[in-house]
Amino acid sequence: MLCFHVCAGEIFELKAELNSDKKEKKKEAVKKVIASMTVGKDVSALFPDVVNCMQTDNLELKKLVYLYLMNYAKSQPDMAIMAVNTFVKDCEDPNPLIRALAVRTMGCIRVDKITEYLCEPLRKCLKDEDPYVRKTAAVCVAKLHDINAQLVEDQGFLDTLKDLISDSNPMVVANAVAALSEIAESHPNSNLLDLNPQSINKLLTALNECTEWGQIFILDCLANYAPRDDRESQSICERVTPRLSHANSAVVLSAVKVLMKFMEMLPKDLDYYGTLLKKLAPPLVTLLSAEPELQYVALRNINLIVQKRPEILKHEMKVFFVKYNDPIYVKLEKLDIMIRLASQANIAQVLAELKEYATEVDVDFVRKAVRAIGRCAIKVEQSAERCVSTLLDLIQTKVNYVVQEAIVVIKDIFRKYPNKYESVIATLCENLDSLDEPEARAAMIWIVGEYAERIDNADELLESFLEGFHDESTQVQLQLLTAIVKLFLKKPTETQELVQQVLSLATQDSDNPDLRDRGYIYWRLLSTDPVAAKEVVLAEKPLISEETDLIEPTLLEELICHIGTLASVYHKPPSAFVEGSRGVMHKRLPARTGSPDVGTIAGGSGTETAPSIIPSQGDLLGDLLNLDLAPPTTTGPPPPTSGMQMGGMDLLGGGLDSLVGSPMPPRHASGLVPWHSSVDDLCPQVWLPAMKAKGLEISGTFARRAGVIQMELTLTNKAMSVMTDFAIQFNRNSFGLAPAGPLQVLSPLSPNQTIEVSLPLSTVGPVMKMEPLNNLQVAVKNNIDVFYFSCQYPISMLFVEDGKMERQVFLATWKDIPNENESQFQIKDCHLNSDAASNKLQASNIFTIAKRTVEGQDMLYMSIKLSNGIWVLAELRVQTGNPNYTVSTEDGWGTTGGAVDSPSCVYVVCGSCYEV
Amino acid sequence: MIHSLFLVNSSGDIFLEKHWKSVVSRSVCDYFFEAQERASEPENVPPVIPTPHHYLISVLRHRIYFVAVIQSEVPPLFVIEFLHRVVDTFQDYFGVCTEAAIKDNVVVVYELLEEMLDNGFPLATESNILKELIKPPTILRTVVNTITGSTNVGEQLPTGQLSVVPWRRTGVKYTNNEAYFDVVEEIDAIIDKSGSTITAEIQGVIDACVKLTGMPDLTLSFMNPRLLDDVSFHPCVRFKRWEAERILSFIPPDGNFRLLSYHVSSQNLVAIPVYVKHNITFREGSSQGRFELTLGPKQTMGKGVEAVLVNSQLPRGVLNTNLNPSQGTYTFDPVTKLLTWDVGKINPQKLPSLKGSMSLQAGASKPDENPTINIQFKIQQSALSGLKVNRLDMYGEKYKPFKGIKYMTKAGKFQVRT
Repeated sequence: MLCFHVCAGEIFELKAELNSDKKEKKKEAVKKVIASMTVGKDVSALFPDVVNCMQTDNLELKKLVYLYLMNYAKSQPDMAIMAVNTFVKDCEDPNPLIRALAVRTMGCIRVDKITEYLCEPLRKCLKDEDPYVRKTAAVCVAKLHDINAQLVEDQGFLDTLKDLISDSNPMVVANAVAALSEIAESHPNSNLLDLNPQSINKLLTALNECTEWGQIFILDCLANYAPRDDRESQSICERVTPRLSHANSAVVLSAVKVLMKFMEMLPKDLDYYGTLLKKLAPPLVTLLSAEPELQYVALRNINLIVQKRPEILKHEMKVFFVKYNDPIYVKLEKLDIMIRLASQANIAQVLAELKEYATEVDVDFVRKAVRAIGRCAIKVEQSAERCVSTLLDLIQTKVNYVVQEAIVVIKDIFRKYPNKYESVIATLCENLDSLDEPEARAAMIWIVGEYAERIDNADELLESFLEGFHDESTQVQLQLLTAIVKLFLKKPTETQELVQQVLSLATQDSDNPDLRDRGYIYWRLLSTDPVAAKEVVLAEKPLISEETDLIEPTLLEELICHIGTLASVYHKPPSAFVEGSRGVMHKRLPARTGSPDVGTIAGGSGTETAPSIIPSQGDLLGDLLNLDLAPPTTTGPPPPTSGMQMGGMDLLGGGLDSLVGSPMPPRHASGLVPWHSSVDDLCPQVWLPAMKAKGLEISGTFARRAGVIQMELTLTNKAMSVMTDFAIQFNRNSFGLAPAGPLQVLSPLSPNQTIEVSLPLSTVGPVMKMEPLNNLQVAVKNNIDVFYFSCQYPISMLFVEDGKMERQVFLATWKDIPNENESQFQIKDCHLNSDAASNKLQASNIFTIAKRTVEGQDMLYMSIKLSNGIWVLAELRVQTGNPNYTVSTEDGWGTTGGAVDSPSCVYVVCGSCYEV
Repeated sequence: MIHSLFLVNSSGDIFLEKHWKSVVSRSVCDYFFEAQERASEPENVPPVIPTPHHYLISVLRHRIYFVAVIQSEVPPLFVIEFLHRVVDTFQDYFGVCTEAAIKDNVVVVYELLEEMLDNGFPLATESNILKELIKPPTILRTVVNTITGSTNVGEQLPTGQLSVVPWRRTGVKYTNNEAYFDVVEEIDAIIDKSGSTITAEIQGVIDACVKLTGMPDLTLSFMNPRLLDDVSFHPCVRFKRWEAERILSFIPPDGNFRLLSYHVSSQNLVAIPVYVKHNITFREGSSQGRFELTLGPKQTMGKGVEAVLVNSQLPRGVLNTNLNPSQGTYTFDPVTKLLTWDVGKINPQKLPSLKGSMSLQAGASKPDENPTINIQFKIQQSALSGLKVNRLDMYGEKYKPFKGIKYMTKAGKFQVRT
């Protein structure tokens, strides 16, 4: 921070003044020192002289010296000790202002040696008779914790702090909450803020009486509470609602968070629910009349709120209209919200506005406005025609970037409403020459190719692009290739030459593998089977979805719990933040519960607890099977890195889970049962007990059949009423599992009826690493509510059928894998010879590549491929007559560049194949 | 919580820094400077900037960026609100909030910042309390202090700090007891080309200046409280009473404060007080453009429209203008292309107009964008929404105070598209 050096003369002069006898002169000198300090000059050389001025009864001088001390104590720890005595003395001063000042300043001196001396005075101040001192001391605990957390715990300050939550003075309560919240952030599991109905009541009382800042702390703390039932939820909402009329926007937004979260628990038919919805709109609108910085944060949050509950602001479209002198960051956010609120009722107004914006000066804003028109067309079907004509008007302006944006969005409109607006193509073609951005060029080429049969000179148009083929970006090249092939299939006679030209450009003259591959595929298709080519290339395309930019529901729920925070500004979960991640817990909206006897909901403050499928007899099971799985008995060199070891443990955890899930076949069963058939035999586990899901019980299991992963669900209606409208959705998971189709529950489920459904799964969904790796979080919806549960799938579901590696490749890969990726363990008591084992394993898509016999030992080399393309290689050593197998595995993540989590997969594999 | 604060001037120099926890290196501001460079206008710097280890949250006021550094998850609005409070306090203390004023009073600034935050937690932000702790610098006080050797730091615990009414100190004494209220409404509107209203809303505030002895308890009632459905109150207002009776009941802070702010939304009909007739045209192929502007009063409830100021950002292609105002003065800055016309009062009998031609760059194509016209005006003695105070009563004290209510309407963001 020090950019300036103070010249020696100046320091000397100040030194003399500081040591002056005259009080006034001293004070002026200290002021000069502080002034230099504030602009970043180094005046640390004056430390002893300034500290000498500390023992004074002049409060201003004392404060100034304290200011100096706080800044420089760190760099002069030995000197800072000199100040300790004065601090301790000041903590006993009859004037509470001085006591508070002393304890406050001591906490700011971030020197370890001093903290020890701080403990006694702090303990006294926490119990001081004056609330001003107590509230200052509360904050001091947080400071001290930041410097030396252990000390704070050892001294029992945390308990004293917790007691302060019940203090009679609201300011003390607020500061205690603030201090505890800050400490809790670095101790996510410490359960410091143990919220229960009594403490909530105290907080709500303090809420009415403390300062605006205290209200923010208390509201943020309240938001972490999980009310027992809807009645409690409602009563908290009622007491928080007045905060919506506070002048401080941060208070308002924190109150909105509490209400948005707790209203989730209220039944929708309740009158109060409607009242609450109505009350939320005005304060949100008011936030938009504040300073632009406040508006920005408010808008980012409103963006979340309108996605969760569009009904709140549906009549307030106009407040989001852009003023021309709004800062650009406000303009862009407003635009986003306008589209989210667009509906048939207000679309005319919105379009008129957007058209207006498209003539503004700022290029970014204009582009976004044009895109917005396209999004409106896709969102509100009735407006599509009007949107298209607006876009055409804009194209007529001939402003280059407007035209290009318009063409990009018109392409999307064509994909949403095929065969409807093709009449505009002629107008688009007129602007072909002015397009210089790849996205716009690609869009235009797509349009020409798609509608080649209606454009007379389509071949000429495409040919004109072909001239500079190699200068185009990949996006345009690929699009051009496809478009010309389409054209050829539609008008084969005239365009033979053109298609040959583009195919040779793509396959022979290009360095881009994507382009070459696509070129070859087309080439082969066209030369072998033109009819098939037609079916492939001109296949009907799926319509594009209405809202591609909506935030995914589980993330949205989490973000709603974080309204008003940085997470809500970035629309990312707090765990995605670099610094904050250490202390973050995933928050969930509470589920609605009718009666208190259901027990507290696991959501709210904590992580969602999965229904536990891992009974504690895990160890017992291991014994029974006599599988020495955890910890792995390593024969040969132990895994070299500890990280690896950890991975192994995880994996084994995963393996055990699946073991536990299966019925216990007798140990003397005749050899190995192929894993997938054993899965079929698994008794379904109860994933979602009826208690937690208003009478819907879900149990299930997984199977792999004919290369498709199936989720076998058994749904039982244990409630009194009929259930309909079932739907299912998965959270992102480690292997991208996602339902491949809707949940097929065709007829309503009447009470006490059970049905079995088989849900095929795909592995192309979004990926996120889960803990444990094979964890799957599922949401099931029916006409009553949405329920969440999580379950774990056996990893062997993911072994694909084409997992047999070529021998040569296997050999090369095996050698290439670094040793650290290898690990070994033993499987005991498996009475099978190597051939039988190999056959059994093959049935689970674990393929034996080679076999070798060395000194009476059979060595089997095997490969497995996971659905995400990660290869796992294994070596199985079987000694005839010895029931113990040694498995050493290597995984190919080094070579496939695959996920880091693959080491974990390895173990599961080997554990599970010997499961019987 | 708030870790540090940096004050940055418009040329990108840090001229003050304050740390409430450990010292954060100045270099963290480099991320801010980058964003500042990217922004086309000073006000376009995004208010929240992430850096690898910190977040920078800034506000821009009086051409100074107040950049707060935070390290953990802190509600950004909390920080922004606090920064605005800091600026308000500086303005309150020094009259203006400029780089020069802050540099001249650097020690007071430091003392204030130290009082306002402790370990990043707000401590005392009410101006009443701060003024008891640290007296604002005045020329007189500086002289007196020098002579007597007394200080401008209060020796006593501020009395309001912990009472149930933290915003008011005890022992207030005045010889003249007075309570004045200003109802000020700003109208924000967007008017389209054809003169019809796209949006219009009113942001109203009631600012008070209360100098009353002792602990007065005031009630303020309105003729038409139904207008106020979207309000934000000063903490002193008893919310329950308002909910039940639509009466403002409060123990006021001492001195100046904002009693409430309200918002009359576009759902209600808002009267537009002025109209604009305009004809701004550019012809293709000609290096001249026409400019005609006429202003007139509309629904003003018989009150005069004063202090009218028109400005408009003309397209970049406009080289110069040759215009004739029927009244007032006009300027055009050929560099920024900003046209300003100081109209003054609108006389309904003789409407003010500004007519003439604009010269364009020869050969350039006609500008794409249409200029937006920004209008400022004032209407005295009237609140546009029609809000009227019924009566003000005082309880708890014996004396009879002077009471006064003033109404005023101003243009906020009043924009006419052409």
